[in-house]
Amino acid sequence: MFELLGIPPQVLFGQLLLGLINGSFYAVLSLGLAVIFGLLNIINFTHGAQYMLGAFGAWMLLNYLGVGYWWAVFIVPPIVGVTGIVLERVLIRRLYHLDHLYGLLLTFGLALIIVGFFRQFFGVSGLPYPPPPLLTGGHNLGFMYLPNSRAWVIVASLIVCLATWFIIEKTRLGAYLRAATENPVMVGAFGINVPLLVTLTYGFGVALAGFAGVLAAPIYAVNPNMGADLIIVVFAVVVIGGMGSILGSILTGFGLGLIEGLTRVFYPEGSAVVIFVIMALVLLVKPAGLFGRSV
Amino acid sequence: MKKMGFILASLTSLLMAGAAHATDVKIGVLNDRSGIYADIAGEGSVIAAQMAAEDFKAADKGINVSIVSADHQNKPDVGSNIARQWYDTENVDVIADVPTSSVALAVNEITKEKNKIFLASGPASSDLTGKACSPNTVHWTYDTWALANGTGSAMVAQGGDSWFFVTADYAFGHALERDTSAVVEASGGKVLGAVRHPFPGQDFSSFLLQAQGSGAKVVGLANAGGDTINAVKQASEFGITQGGQALAALLMFINDVHALGLDVAQGLVLTGAFYWDKNDQTREFSARFQERNAGQKPSMIEAGVYASVLHYLKAVEAVGDKDAAKVMAKMKEMPTEDPLFGKGTIRADGRKMHDMYLFRVKKPDQSKGPWDYFETVATIPADKAFRPLAEGGCPLVK
Repeated sequence: MFELLGIPPQVLFGQLLLGLINGSFYAVLSLGLAVIFGLLNIINFTHGAQYMLGAFGAWMLLNYLGVGYWWAVFIVPPIVGVTGIVLERVLIRRLYHLDHLYGLLLTFGLALIIVGFFRQFFGVSGLPYPPPPLLTGGHNLGFMYLPNSRAWVIVASLIVCLATWFIIEKTRLGAYLRAATENPVMVGAFGINVPLLVTLTYGFGVALAGFAGVLAAPIYAVNPNMGADLIIVVFAVVVIGGMGSILGSILTGFGLGLIEGLTRVFYPEGSAVVIFVIMALVLLVKPAGLFGRSV
Repeated sequence: MKKMGFILASLTSLLMAGAAHATDVKIGVLNDRSGIYADIAGEGSVIAAQMAAEDFKAADKGINVSIVSADHQNKPDVGSNIARQWYDTENVDVIADVPTSSVALAVNEITKEKNKIFLASGPASSDLTGKACSPNTVHWTYDTWALANGTGSAMVAQGGDSWFFVTADYAFGHALERDTSAVVEASGGKVLGAVRHPFPGQDFSSFLLQAQGSGAKVVGLANAGGDTINAVKQASEFGITQGGQALAALLMFINDVHALGLDVAQGLVLTGAFYWDKNDQTREFSARFQERNAGQKPSMIEAGVYASVLHYLKAVEAVGDKDAAKVMAKMKEMPTEDPLFGKGTIRADGRKMHDMYLFRVKKPDQSKGPWDYFETVATIPADKAFRPLAEGGCPLVK
């Protein structure tokens, strides 16, 4: 068997697979960000908090109403999406005519408020969320033990990413969205309700964050800070992929998960910064990101 | 007669002046109030310090205690700035708690420089009473040596003689890994490897997979708080224990067990200095504490803040002054006694000596409800629980 820098191949395959799984979280989250930025020109810093809301939503359904994980997968994202729609209608839409910076500050402030609120009530240690029976256990793949919960994450996020890409790139609704991104006034002149389209898009992007949160609940500790740690990385992913690029954010999400996974084998201490190093390099060479169009 | 009256009057006024000359003591509780250690210390430590001042009836004894608090965000630079500001401009006499060893080591230095007092309950690094020891610091609750000695030797005794560490990449994790490795090797075991994870971390799967691949009998988690919670949860997901490896959470708090749930945490062996359900006194304190701390029982760190502040106030009362050198001398001279840790002493290097306990997390069917989590496996007497005075390399000990 070949060995790469003293790392046996089984270990390498295992780490690559894990990287792909982490990458699927990055992909779903950065996809939501990219959709929102593409159409609204809002840098949605509330995204991490909305991811956390998804996980807490699943926990609340289970603990207050006895509703299990599989229902939560379908129920929670729309609910989180609706909270996003309320935010958009009440606050965010007032800032569309202003600079990006205002949207960033507003959403960042909202994130702090939401996280602070949950911290006050639930503390920071987190809450137990037992995985459903179908997701406990796992399979031995020969080179690693793959828990069912992780396998499910990768399948679910692939489906969601592909479906989103398909809707935006291949359907009539997606065509409206893309057109409204390009020239909202012209699209409005054709009788399409652009403000409604924008609101629904924001709701959809937020629902994606909520969906990632539900996926995370059985795997990571459900705590108010869970999104804050992740969101910075996800922003880096979006920047590398190219702001607003749908396919770019999906591919970069998975790709950076892989790179991070490899770093954890060869130099674990650097795994927290490798993504930012790549971000700096990409910005130097291609300021619009790998898949972005230069403006 | 008139003269007598005059003398009496002046005596009285002297006494009055004595009583009016109250000592103002300002205690700064510095810890993580929003991050991964906020539940094991945080606001709970502030409440514990307040309860110590109230239970001591400081005001009746001529000591005015005021308590301030701040969030060091687990960052040494933030913590250092607050400590300097407190000492320089806000007349803080004592800094208490300070979890996160990297921050505590910085506060330790600043406290020595400013000649104030540091009551360290939160931090773990045994360097605080070793090579970084200070005449101005008392390390109260626990340290990495005690954790290593407790959990490490217990695991080796059960046959866990080969180890792989998953270590938080900062001062605390390094110290805990170093001290545990020493115990494992001294007991005839072997350390097969270690992986350092970024602090704080969320996804531990890669590191756990490396631990799994190492074939070590014990996977030692040299991290704390939210990191330990995530690592234990994911170790269960990846079937570490089902695969025949034992998991050693080298530093685990009752709040972590509460967050994990007994299904995941059951059977874990851990070393601690305090458990709320130990005796009537700890139960009485914990019930009062729980009422004020949003339903959470005290962690050993919060218990340590209470006990250390109590002992400090006793020393201030005995000295009648808050001069740091005099009060520290008194604290080390007087035996300690409080409802939570019982009787103890403070050593020349600043190490507070008390019994430590080896706990095992109960199975779900053994537990009567929330917070009924630990059974005591063994009591480690104080003289065995902490590093011998001569071995620490503390310059104060000659």
